[in-house]
Amino acid sequence: MEYILKNGIVVDPVNKINCEKKDILIKDNKITDKVSSKAKIIDVTGKLVMPGGVDIHSHIAGPKLSVGRLYRPEDTRRGIKKCSEIDGFEAGYSLPTCPTTGYRYTRMGYTTVTEAAVPPLEAKHAHEEINYIPNLDIPTLVLFGNNWFVLKFVKNNDIKNLALFLSKWLKLAKGYGVKVVNPCGSEAWGWGKNVHGLDDPAPFWDVTGREVIHALTQANEMLGLPHSVHVHTNDLGHPGNYHTTLETFEAVKDIKKNKNVKRDQILHGTHLQFHAYDGTSWRDVTSAAGYLSDYINKHDHISCDIGQITFDETTTMTADAPMEYDLYKLTGLKWANKDIEVETSSGLIPSIYSKKAPVSTLQWAIGLELFLGINNPWKLVLTTDSPNAGPFIRYPRIISWLMSSKKRDDMLDNEVHNWAYNRTDLGTFDRAYSWEEIAIITRSASSKILGLNDRGHLSVGAKADIAVYDIDVDDFDPTLKENSSIIENKLLNSLYTIKNGEILVNHGKIIKLVDSNHLWCNVKGNEVQEEKLIKNIKPDFNKFYTVQYANYKVPDSFVKPEERYDVNTKIKE
Amino acid sequence: MTDSKPITDFDRIIENCACSYCGNNCDDITYLIKDNHIVGVRNACRIGASKVISDQDQRLKNPMIRNKEGILEEVSWTKAIDETVKVLKESMRPVMYGWGETSVEAIKEGLKIAMKIGAVIDNQSTICHGSTIQAFQNIGHPVLTLGETKNRADMIIYAGTNPMEDHPRHMTRYTAFPEGLFRPNGRKDRFVMTWDPRYSNTAKCSDKWVKYNHDEDYAFLTALRMAVNNHKLNKKVIAGISAEEIYKIADQMKNVECGSLYFGLGLTQTLAKQRNIDILIQLVQDLNKYTKWAMLPMRGFFNVNGFNMIMTSITGYPYGVDFARGYPRYMIGETTTIDLLNRKEPDVFMAVSTDPGIQFPGQTLKHLIDIPVIQIDTHWGPLTELADIVIPSTRIGVETCGTSYRMDSVPIYMKKIIDKPENCKSDEEIFNMILNKLGGKN
Repeated sequence: MEYILKNGIVVDPVNKINCEKKDILIKDNKITDKVSSKAKIIDVTGKLVMPGGVDIHSHIAGPKLSVGRLYRPEDTRRGIKKCSEIDGFEAGYSLPTCPTTGYRYTRMGYTTVTEAAVPPLEAKHAHEEINYIPNLDIPTLVLFGNNWFVLKFVKNNDIKNLALFLSKWLKLAKGYGVKVVNPCGSEAWGWGKNVHGLDDPAPFWDVTGREVIHALTQANEMLGLPHSVHVHTNDLGHPGNYHTTLETFEAVKDIKKNKNVKRDQILHGTHLQFHAYDGTSWRDVTSAAGYLSDYINKHDHISCDIGQITFDETTTMTADAPMEYDLYKLTGLKWANKDIEVETSSGLIPSIYSKKAPVSTLQWAIGLELFLGINNPWKLVLTTDSPNAGPFIRYPRIISWLMSSKKRDDMLDNEVHNWAYNRTDLGTFDRAYSWEEIAIITRSASSKILGLNDRGHLSVGAKADIAVYDIDVDDFDPTLKENSSIIENKLLNSLYTIKNGEILVNHGKIIKLVDSNHLWCNVKGNEVQEEKLIKNIKPDFNKFYTVQYANYKVPDSFVKPEERYDVNTKIKE
Repeated sequence: MTDSKPITDFDRIIENCACSYCGNNCDDITYLIKDNHIVGVRNACRIGASKVISDQDQRLKNPMIRNKEGILEEVSWTKAIDETVKVLKESMRPVMYGWGETSVEAIKEGLKIAMKIGAVIDNQSTICHGSTIQAFQNIGHPVLTLGETKNRADMIIYAGTNPMEDHPRHMTRYTAFPEGLFRPNGRKDRFVMTWDPRYSNTAKCSDKWVKYNHDEDYAFLTALRMAVNNHKLNKKVIAGISAEEIYKIADQMKNVECGSLYFGLGLTQTLAKQRNIDILIQLVQDLNKYTKWAMLPMRGFFNVNGFNMIMTSITGYPYGVDFARGYPRYMIGETTTIDLLNRKEPDVFMAVSTDPGIQFPGQTLKHLIDIPVIQIDTHWGPLTELADIVIPSTRIGVETCGTSYRMDSVPIYMKKIIDKPENCKSDEEIFNMILNKLGGKN
């Protein structure tokens, strides 16, 4: 099919196009500079046109979600809605059903969403759920930070075999990148313990979080994976944890980036808001966002996403299981936990972020401080660590806060608890994001950081993933407080969402469902060495796991349709 | 049954197959094949092995429809599917029940039918661990994968369950006996305790048997939880166990390095039902203040858990999902099969890879006499005697490949081993045929 998106106001930061009137031509699944006379014209005169949204960190598929839905039917009930014949029904709020996840992201103009934490043993589950989610490209990040084989390689400082292990395991789990969650802490939870800080070793292993992160970053760069290590640092949610966050960033500074990759960072710090607390307890806690913004402003080896609080009743879920038990002790809400042999632990608990609660508002303000304090938008991505800090359907609301300092001031004055004002610097920022900056932090930066260079921009030859919003850019002032709800509404329901050159959403309504692509990373050139590695670790594999190695991998039939990212890196023998 | 002599007469060996019997879903099974028949099974337990080897006994081999004389008559596939579609189209309140012994791929297709015709779709959870799921929804869900027990646990408790009889390899492959990283001596490094009113075979091979009075599980568990939380017990004997003993057990549980608790229908189907599990979850939550504990329900059929998984993925609810209103609804007691049948609400009943004839209470079954019953299954059973349409299907992990979820939700991809009987079709294929004929809006 050929289309001409006519007369839209285009925001395409990669090509330095900032709110210019421009036609976008589409041929089949690509953006092109020439179409035939048969091309269908879609008139979007004056409307906001951007590349399709790219989410770098969200929890949308896999065992955590199933546990959440299983034990929170109240959440499913909250989002029940009968829809059209195409989409049937929607269900769920913080834990939407798989089809609902696809519908809601598509309507927001998102076309790529990263599932941020997949334990390889249950990767089949994640890929199966991806098969039930329509309309997205979904890369999965695989959990490695507490894997016993990883801990063993790290202990022996065997980076070469660690790299081979990562390369092989990404193939087995059909994963895209390397995720690290509370390294050594989730392993310690196997004994009901946690680690504190970067240098507290996991029981028995005598390996520290610092060593794990350093080694995994080295291995990641040795392989030249498109995305850097994606790190949820130790001590999430603890007052005073910003020291650990900064130490983590410092710990990898010496590592050289692989010369073949196009990204700038070597470590992506995820949901930074949860790692930006100063103080010694929840009584004297204050914001440390300034220190972190300052560090990121001065260093180029780090990128981050925020994990912005949205004041919702939501569900937290993470492989940082000891933290979830801490939350259980704090709140007494129903606690779920799932320990996964050899690989990780994980936990869930409902969470209520209230505007009246001092801690919630502090967290809210810290997130916004990071958005406003980090000067270069290419280093950060808008996320809510969905659904941890709030469900992803709140992204448009966050955008409305970022675009209007008046709206933020109004909230500080009239809506939220005074900790947001007294314990952070949020009130001092009068920065307002432009449409260009919004496009960067929701699509262009995330694509670049992920290493998905075929999207996040509208160059000729790029994937035809495009979002058009019903906003008359020239006649609309997003800085006005009263326009916040309009921004939210318009961005929640795109005028058009186009993916791979197909129109999926038309005037806020889903008109077409397509199968989601499984994005995974295939490192080529080390097959012989990988087999040797497997031969060596197989005795341990059989001893540790309760499934056969032959049945461990995700069968090819689970990842249809797939988009494979081949990386040619030969590791020296 | 299995022969005691080694089997030498075979022409193919297939390794790493997954067993399609219980919730263990053991994936280390070796099948010996001769002339498209499984002649030997290695590694499986006796039940698993016999289920595969004696598979052809009473096998349903052709579609059948009950004629006017009340006799099941063999018919063509077209006729059987047409009749099924006709019955489904005419129904107001269809129930599609079962699914414990089929693949999630098949369940997915079945679910499409349920959505299309506005049926209630439900599985065996409704009569077994549904109460466990209710308790998870009330209190929380602290679970583990089996390898956590294998590698770490120095204490294992079996509560109201008897794996030696119904999950025969649970103790030998996953929990008590195998060597793990932190338990290099296997069984010797662990303390195994059984809580059961009966002196079961599991109790026999445990280090300690705690015999509480039948139907007094709630009292016993509450007392134990009080003891764990350092409260004083005012009675000398609770549920038939001395207070002293309860303190001792609590103390022992608090002082292990890592404990695993497995529980079964002995808790979920006795007097206090889901309340037993409520208190058990709270016990585990409390114990985590002192040391590491996790729990897991002993799920029965090999893929009974898979149904819960896929249903939560697509509909948001784990079982008992009602599509009568065009969107999913789940209300235990209202949209669950036994309750529906007791109220004589359903007007069509479809049983898929299950035999309610064995599983349901007699009074519940009575309603099935009055309504059309469709059976989609591999074997002749009590339900066949009630069924009006019988559709022969295939065995997952033997004749058809597919995915299942083990009791701890680890997904297992089950291979196809031998060809299916000629005139049988896989569940997935059957549902596809029905779906196609159902067409657009009915």
